[in-house]
Amino acid sequence: MDTRQKDIENLKDYKYGFSTDIENIKAPKGLNEDVIKFISNIKKEPEWMLDFRLNAFKRFKQLKEPNWQKPKYPKIDYQDLYYYSAPKSMKDKPKSLDELDPKLLETYKKLGIPLQEQARLNGIAVDAVFDSVSVATTFKDELTKQGIIFCSMSEAIQKHPNLVKKYLGTVIPTTDHFFATLNSAVFTDGSFVYIPEGVKCPMELSTYFRINASETGQFERTLIIADKGSYVSYLEGCTAPMRDENQLHAANVELIALDDAEIKYSTVQNWYPGDENGKGGIYNFVTKRGLCKGKNSKISWTQVETGSAITWKYPSCILKGDNSIGEFYSIAITNNYQKADTGTKMIHLGKNTKSKIISKGISAGHSDMTYRGLVDINSKAKNSSNYTQCDSLLMGNKCGAHTIPYIKNKNFDSNIAHEATTSKISEEQLHYCQQRGLSPEEAVGLIVNGFCKEVLQQLPMEFAVEAQKLVGISLEGSVG
Amino acid sequence: MTEQAKKDFEKTIKILDLSEAEVKLKKQSLDKFISNGFPSRKLEDWKFSDINQIIQKNIGDLSFHNDYSLSNKIDTSVFVDGLEHNKIVFINGRIEKVDLSYEDENNVELNETLSSKNEIKNSNSLIDLNSAFTNKIYKILIKKDYHFKKPLIIYHTTNNKVKSRNINIRLEFKLEQNSSLRLIDYLNYNSEKNFINIFYDFDLKKYSILKNYKIDNNHNKNIGYLFNNIIQDENSISENFILSCGSSFLKNEINCDLRGNYSSAFINGIFSLTDNQQHEIRTSINHLTENTKSYQLIKSVLGKESKAVYQGKIFVNSEAQKTDGYQLSKAILLDETSEFNAKPELEIYADDVKCSHGSASGSLDENSIFYLMSRGLNYQQSKELLINGFVLDVIEKITDPEIKNLIKNMIGLKE
Repeated sequence: MDTRQKDIENLKDYKYGFSTDIENIKAPKGLNEDVIKFISNIKKEPEWMLDFRLNAFKRFKQLKEPNWQKPKYPKIDYQDLYYYSAPKSMKDKPKSLDELDPKLLETYKKLGIPLQEQARLNGIAVDAVFDSVSVATTFKDELTKQGIIFCSMSEAIQKHPNLVKKYLGTVIPTTDHFFATLNSAVFTDGSFVYIPEGVKCPMELSTYFRINASETGQFERTLIIADKGSYVSYLEGCTAPMRDENQLHAANVELIALDDAEIKYSTVQNWYPGDENGKGGIYNFVTKRGLCKGKNSKISWTQVETGSAITWKYPSCILKGDNSIGEFYSIAITNNYQKADTGTKMIHLGKNTKSKIISKGISAGHSDMTYRGLVDINSKAKNSSNYTQCDSLLMGNKCGAHTIPYIKNKNFDSNIAHEATTSKISEEQLHYCQQRGLSPEEAVGLIVNGFCKEVLQQLPMEFAVEAQKLVGISLEGSVG
Repeated sequence: MTEQAKKDFEKTIKILDLSEAEVKLKKQSLDKFISNGFPSRKLEDWKFSDINQIIQKNIGDLSFHNDYSLSNKIDTSVFVDGLEHNKIVFINGRIEKVDLSYEDENNVELNETLSSKNEIKNSNSLIDLNSAFTNKIYKILIKKDYHFKKPLIIYHTTNNKVKSRNINIRLEFKLEQNSSLRLIDYLNYNSEKNFINIFYDFDLKKYSILKNYKIDNNHNKNIGYLFNNIIQDENSISENFILSCGSSFLKNEINCDLRGNYSSAFINGIFSLTDNQQHEIRTSINHLTENTKSYQLIKSVLGKESKAVYQGKIFVNSEAQKTDGYQLSKAILLDETSEFNAKPELEIYADDVKCSHGSASGSLDENSIFYLMSRGLNYQQSKELLINGFVLDVIEKITDPEIKNLIKNMIGLKE
């Protein structure tokens, strides 16, 4: 019990709230064709990539910012942001870890990821993103042996242009919604994963994101392709320094699973949520979409959302291949003045497709939690089924919990079942735990962890421990 | 449409004997309607059934003016048999008969007014349309401690004199303390291609009980929109039942504000559709204070090329602790071309509440059919038995035994 308490003490004040002082190369403020050309140029991109960006930008100019979401936010001035910034020492890419800027390495140490050791110990290849450019990618050799490509997006554009050209923008086209299109126009970097036919990726691939330079919108782009019969599990974790201004994060994540392939994508998101009065914090407007392109393919999203001032995202699955499966497991915790509008979309196009949605929302303080989901079974998706369960837990009467599911069934062979409940932690449960010697906070932690168990079980080992701690920390001070 | 509406509005105003203030009020509603037009799928509440498009497709150009000076002949064959009841008969939007002979005159009042203010928060342009063009607004007041002895049936009928017409009807009910009313709305249209827009306003005082049954059972080619706005005081009860199967398009909307402690609302509905029919029920239950309760059960049986939509919302205010809200929608899709859409929504701001919803849709269970067939029924019989059982579940929720039997007979379900 003591160590747990200590952990909480240590983490109580946002542990990762520091920023490193490195001179940044910045694109001029604002958004126009020149800035896009600047980004493309500095990254030495081929012409087709620049065209891709410019096309997206053309479309972006015609789009209006959506405003149907529940959490409202002050208007963002898109001309007042920097769209590119990179650590200066990155101009020439270092060949090994020793060549890295010592300050960068120190930041990682504070974050608890000494690149060399931790990667080896955990058997994880870490592709750490510092600001917008990948610093280093480890464990490349082992992955290369299997033919797996795991590198930064910019590298992939240089070295594997055919793959990128073939798949980039096929799940989230440049003509998609406002934020996705913005990302297509100005994305700076991200991860690229390709798993060749029949290969089971031997380790969990992981990227740690980190937002650093002030006033820099983060536009990550991730593309994961699992070729026929392959398997990959990808972890995404986020931490960010404490800041006062709101920072926009509009990443795009595209997953493509071909015949018999499986992709498991897990996220633990713990960005700076703003202080107790709701000042500051990050806007997390991410577009995540997976395409089950081939037969018998499977995509599974797992997310633990505890950070950000505003979370607005719907990791989705398009079940195009026959017999494909989509899954979505989510825990979203909001405290203080945090707002979250999250959920998923399951679009059934192929025959015998199945999807499962388990969503757990916990709101405390003055926060607002919305589950918004779509289950759409097309008339051609014979024999498909969906099961949805979304539960909400409320703590106090100043917070809100909302459920807005859209259910569309156009196929008489298919079954859809949806269930949702809203409740609070009962006095009896608390009393029982306290009687057995737990403090009220520990009791709440225990009950909440039990409430979330179905989702926590889906997380890979490395994340499960961290996530359980996070659940406890996020709800600090909400009992009583 | 704008020109037509303006022209028809002038005609309507001329006939009615309105004061200047009343004309102004109606004009305001008209302007609001014209600026918004018919609701389209761009509006969240009309996402699944775009009435603008439906009117365009099924009717084309609507005219809004109705001449209420001529009376129509009442066709007595439409009256419900086997149940003693009070009657109000509307033909083409004109009230033709009021028969409250079973009730005590001193305790029931029926008044007419020409205009009334709109005070509904979530109003839409159809309500503005209604306010602009209604002929007369009928106000029914049930006095303290009076219980209606027999049910009141309101017949909404049309004859073949009207076509491509918009008909607006508005009624306001006030139930004083400890009173009760059983109200049946019986839709029976003999014309086609009209848009009938009916708006009811209920004000339920303490301990009053309202039971409202809406029956749309006869096949017809009209478009209907029914809106119930219910405001409930302490310990009042409202029970709504909707049988939605006759019109080409019908949308029932219920907005219910539970303002008093221990008030409760029940909504039960059945869709039984085939052949290009498209129906919708949208509910919005607002729990505004402590210890309120709501229960909703909607079941659909959907045949060839039909489409049903259920949008149900439970809203719980931060003061509304100990709320009990429940919502269940189930649908059986019988054909490849049938479609069911649902949006069961919860918006909750209080922590000590019990709210849940469920929604399921699918085809008939082959195993159950197999079981029945193995007991000697043929395929058709087994199917019918299963569907009847499915629907009966909702009918059993009707608390009034007389009316329950009436409805069972209407849809051919035996005891």
